[in-house]
Amino acid sequence: MIEKAELQKLGRLAYLSLTEQEIEAFQSELNHFFSMVQIMHSIDGKYDLNTVQPFVHPYAQYQLLREDRAKVVEELEQFQEVAPEIKEGFYIVPKVIE
Amino acid sequence: MRDKSIRQLGAALEEKQISAVELANYFLSEIKIRDRFNAVVYTDEEQTLAAAKLSDKRRAKGERVHILEGIPITYKDAFCQQGWPTTCASKSLKNFVAPYTATVVARLQAAGMVPLGRTNMDEFAMGSTTETSCFGPTLNPWDQTRIPGGSSGGSAAAVAARLCPVSLGSDTGGSIRQPAAYCGITGIKPTYGLVSRFGLVAYASSFDQPGPMAKSAEDLAWILGVMAGFDCQDSTSINHPVENYEKSLKLPLKGLKIGVPREFLHESLDDEVQHTYDQMLLLLRQLGAISVDVSLPNLEQGVAVYYVLTAAEASSNLQRYDGVRYGLRSEQFEDLIDFYSQTRAAGFGKEVKRRIMMGTYVLSHGYYDAYYVKAQKVRSLIAQGFQQAFEECDVLLAPVTPSVAPKLKAYEADPIQMYLSDIYTVLVNLAGLPALSLPGIYSKQGLPVGMQLIGKHFKESQLLNIAYQIQQNSDWHLASPV
Repeated sequence: MIEKAELQKLGRLAYLSLTEQEIEAFQSELNHFFSMVQIMHSIDGKYDLNTVQPFVHPYAQYQLLREDRAKVVEELEQFQEVAPEIKEGFYIVPKVIE
Repeated sequence: MRDKSIRQLGAALEEKQISAVELANYFLSEIKIRDRFNAVVYTDEEQTLAAAKLSDKRRAKGERVHILEGIPITYKDAFCQQGWPTTCASKSLKNFVAPYTATVVARLQAAGMVPLGRTNMDEFAMGSTTETSCFGPTLNPWDQTRIPGGSSGGSAAAVAARLCPVSLGSDTGGSIRQPAAYCGITGIKPTYGLVSRFGLVAYASSFDQPGPMAKSAEDLAWILGVMAGFDCQDSTSINHPVENYEKSLKLPLKGLKIGVPREFLHESLDDEVQHTYDQMLLLLRQLGAISVDVSLPNLEQGVAVYYVLTAAEASSNLQRYDGVRYGLRSEQFEDLIDFYSQTRAAGFGKEVKRRIMMGTYVLSHGYYDAYYVKAQKVRSLIAQGFQQAFEECDVLLAPVTPSVAPKLKAYEADPIQMYLSDIYTVLVNLAGLPALSLPGIYSKQGLPVGMQLIGKHFKESQLLNIAYQIQQNSDWHLASPV
């Protein structure tokens, strides 16, 4: 059973400001969800999960990397066109240090 | 014009019966006049006609052009397309104009396709109904009191209503196949890694896969052939040769082994869906295929595993929406943490917040092993289950949905019921397999019922071949709500 205090903590971890009404709705919905998820544990009797590797990739079992070569990409202006606030090429955020 | 296939449209363009500009104008006008379904959420006549004019110029110059040259296409609002709004149907990206283009979109444009508009979807592709969109719900063209499915519901409704010949969707847990089934069209979810995800706004990165949605398997073959292939911009892209899909369409089905997964045909399956299944299997047998009984033992764990993992990936992927570099920014806050928290609270809808909370929970200290790691282990078992089933057959035939399209707001009071309705589609994404959804016999009420063909990795050509043969020997895919 997930308590309200735990949901408030999850909201802080996820950087989501939640209203009391939302907390109440999520409490019921998440508890319902995690009771449904319990079916996942019904597999314990059928398999020895200690011998099963967690899934990595459906097909290729390796991480593909690009060639490690430096290139100049001049896209700053293009990307900053969609920024909420910029100044002299910097993204402006609220002042956090007095 | 509205019912023509890509091949027919390509021939009409080649024989100068119509120009790309006229074709684009025709569909733009159809969207303007007939889109009472809220399927297409954005059009830009100027950009569409400019692309169509360029297409006509290329053809007039006598250049050797691709069959897709001049054919209009709509894009799910999750694909970045430079100069076009890319909102993912979320308030948090409402004014976002993409500064770059997704690889798949770039490839289709390079083949000469003309961008027609952006289609509605569930917010950040999280939903099975297209009701979680900030643009409001899309309605099913067959019955406007019903959902079109989701999350690519706008694309499915647009193709079904003949507002465009083809649309690009994405499938994380059934988001191409399920709306295709509810709207009576054909759609394919390719093997994970066959099609680049670069420029597709991420929901759950180890599941997401772009795929085309169209009126027939033949149309899908043309589009997929252009979309597929390695992309160094996507680290999960696989360097696997792309087949000539249209060339294998006409292969005979004699001796093909169709697996009938007994767990999928449970007594809780709707009678009409079962009837459609039986009729499609009968047709396949008449075409020379052999049916074999197979088992997929971990079906009942699929939905739980899928939602644990996708919620975890979503909570991580969506951390980027913080109001600093793009997207919505809250004007009211007390400090930096509050700035992030207020921005995200104002931008995300209820379903997205719910999944972020679920994902944060399963990734948090004390629950990580019990939920996330365990789900990844069960995911391995599910993938192994498919491998074993494929030792006995070439492809699997399965239902896409437990019933016909539900009524709007059917899941409003209990979203977990919506999750459970994904039971037949999520397993394919857990194993990264290709699957194609196509319409079968309609219900007694005249609603579409879809079936899916599930193949081995990179066996898209086989799925397209089987679907093509079904469609050459039936008329289920020709029905239209228009």
